[in-house]
Amino acid sequence: MALHFELVTPAKLVRSEDVHMVVVPGSEGEFGVLEGHAPFMSTIRDGAVQVYKTAGSAPEEIMVQGGFAEVGDAGLTVLAEHVSE
Amino acid sequence: MASLKELKGRITSVKSTQKITKAKQMVAAAKLRKAQARAEAARPYAERLTAVMASLASKVGGENAPRLLAGTGSEKRHLLVVVNTDKGLCGGLNSNIVRAASAKARELVAAGKDVELYLVGRKGRAPLKRNFPELIGANYDTSQVREPGFEEAEQIASEVIGMFEDGKFDVAHLVYPIFKSALAQDPTVQQIVPVPAPEAAASDDAGAVVEYEPGEEEILEELLPRYVKTQIFGALLEIAASEQGASMTAMDNATRNAGDLIQKLTIQYNRSRQAAITTELVEIIAGAEAL
Repeated sequence: MALHFELVTPAKLVRSEDVHMVVVPGSEGEFGVLEGHAPFMSTIRDGAVQVYKTAGSAPEEIMVQGGFAEVGDAGLTVLAEHVSE
Repeated sequence: MASLKELKGRITSVKSTQKITKAKQMVAAAKLRKAQARAEAARPYAERLTAVMASLASKVGGENAPRLLAGTGSEKRHLLVVVNTDKGLCGGLNSNIVRAASAKARELVAAGKDVELYLVGRKGRAPLKRNFPELIGANYDTSQVREPGFEEAEQIASEVIGMFEDGKFDVAHLVYPIFKSALAQDPTVQQIVPVPAPEAAASDDAGAVVEYEPGEEEILEELLPRYVKTQIFGALLEIAASEQGASMTAMDNATRNAGDLIQKLTIQYNRSRQAAITTELVEIIAGAEAL
């Protein structure tokens, strides 16, 4: 069970990998995305995207600024204008 | 006929020019690779954004569409955002862009529209000012930064969108070269405001109802400025790659021409040197015979 997660900025493709879960700071509250999530689209506020590589592991935090998240059949795509790791 | 000394001086000066053009060519070749990599790295973002835009724009149609998508309802005033390079030594690139921009401006003026020019980059300013002294609006200076990046694109986009929201123009076009190869860069005119509705994805996977948060319109409203930004960012990347490509080709030609010229001058130099020696010998022999 893996979720395909992509983090893209205008300058480059920052992440493209299979992970367990990602918590995204949506503009109306944080939401976690696991595999098989229903199609969903949300704008995001500036904050940290938490990437859980495996269940129970410590999350990796990636700061993102301005953008939106899209969940589809292909997995989760986060488009952000600025990213700092 | 030029004297030997003059010829020698010319050969030295052409040689040093050749050194400069050769160096510039190699620098451009190295920078081109980097610029191309940057342009390629930017593609995924633009593709995803366009895909999302397409699916959203088809849902939020009609009168609730934001103004950036639907337009102001009139087509009277046009803004041309012309992207040029900051440095020269890149062959006909800038004059080609200027020509494309001038053609578009003339066409719009002939159709009875008001045209204003917004210039990015230093090299287009002088010729466009000469062609259309009354149409020049603001310009954006990129000569202070080494590699125009997303920040510059953001500033340009927010300025353009600000002007749109203040009602200063109805339609904006972006004029920039598309980098095809080191030999060919095609100047293109592309409409950026109002955002041309991208064609909806061919097979909108039916059944999968996408949930939106906060809502379709809000998302679209946030997306549109971002889309304009991405377009301008793309143009900045294209101009960077085009500049290096054109520069490489132009400098390669210049180096070759300088080589030809050196060869010609050297032959001429040797001939006159031999002629001088022959004359001297003839004089000596003639003098000896006279005795």
